[in-house]
Amino acid sequence: MQATSGRSARPERPLSPHLQIYSPLINMVMSIVHRITGAALYVGSLLLAWWLIAAATGPEYYDYVAGFFGSWPGKIILLGYTWALMHHLLGGLRHLLWDTCRGYDLKTIDLLCWGTLAGSLALTALIWIGVAASGGL
Amino acid sequence: MAMRTPLKTARYLGSAKEGADHFWKQRVTAVSNAFLAVFLVWLIVSLTGADYATVKHELGNPLIALGLLALVLSGTIHMRLGMQTIIEDYVHDEGLKVVALMLNTFFAIFIALASIFSVLKLSFGA
Repeated sequence: MQATSGRSARPERPLSPHLQIYSPLINMVMSIVHRITGAALYVGSLLLAWWLIAAATGPEYYDYVAGFFGSWPGKIILLGYTWALMHHLLGGLRHLLWDTCRGYDLKTIDLLCWGTLAGSLALTALIWIGVAASGGL
Repeated sequence: MAMRTPLKTARYLGSAKEGADHFWKQRVTAVSNAFLAVFLVWLIVSLTGADYATVKHELGNPLIALGLLALVLSGTIHMRLGMQTIIEDYVHDEGLKVVALMLNTFFAIFIALASIFSVLKLSFGA
């Protein structure tokens, strides 16, 4: 008699299509971007720690670190960090709203997802305009 | 004839009964992070281009130090939980997964301790 379960008996079954089969929708894209920006902020926590360590170390080392953040590669990294933070922040607020079982009709989903992207870009631009206006660039 | 059921191989590989705790801590720190992220952006923007004496003085301000400590605590807990989910989703080799989860905890604690030590040194150090 054939075993009804177990690792050896695994019939060839059709597999369900995976991600690459479907054309990307904005909610799918925002979902993975939320995870990617989260991972980026994870690495980016080193920047904050480095800055705090530098401030606690002394003027020479602080000037060196501040000099790096003020250089072009440093600015590009900080610009990316700003966007990742804003995107993950807005995406997180969207998820908190969804946690309350609100905002699940298709129009609202699209609006919230596009809003996350547009809002993160707008906030990033605002922050950097603010820095530029105060002469920080 | 094997008398043992496949339950033997499945036992202890199920839920660790920590899912709700993980979910809730992720949400609580998400809410605090939402406020603390705004504080961080404000702080960094206001200190951009400032000289060392100003930065040292500002970071030594009790309210700013408390805000930074809250951010570091809330942020490192949140990022450790998030990275744990990513590891559990993508790392399927059991040994590698355990190592990755351990490194994740070590990294989060390293960031937390290094940052907290620095903030406290700025507040209490000479």
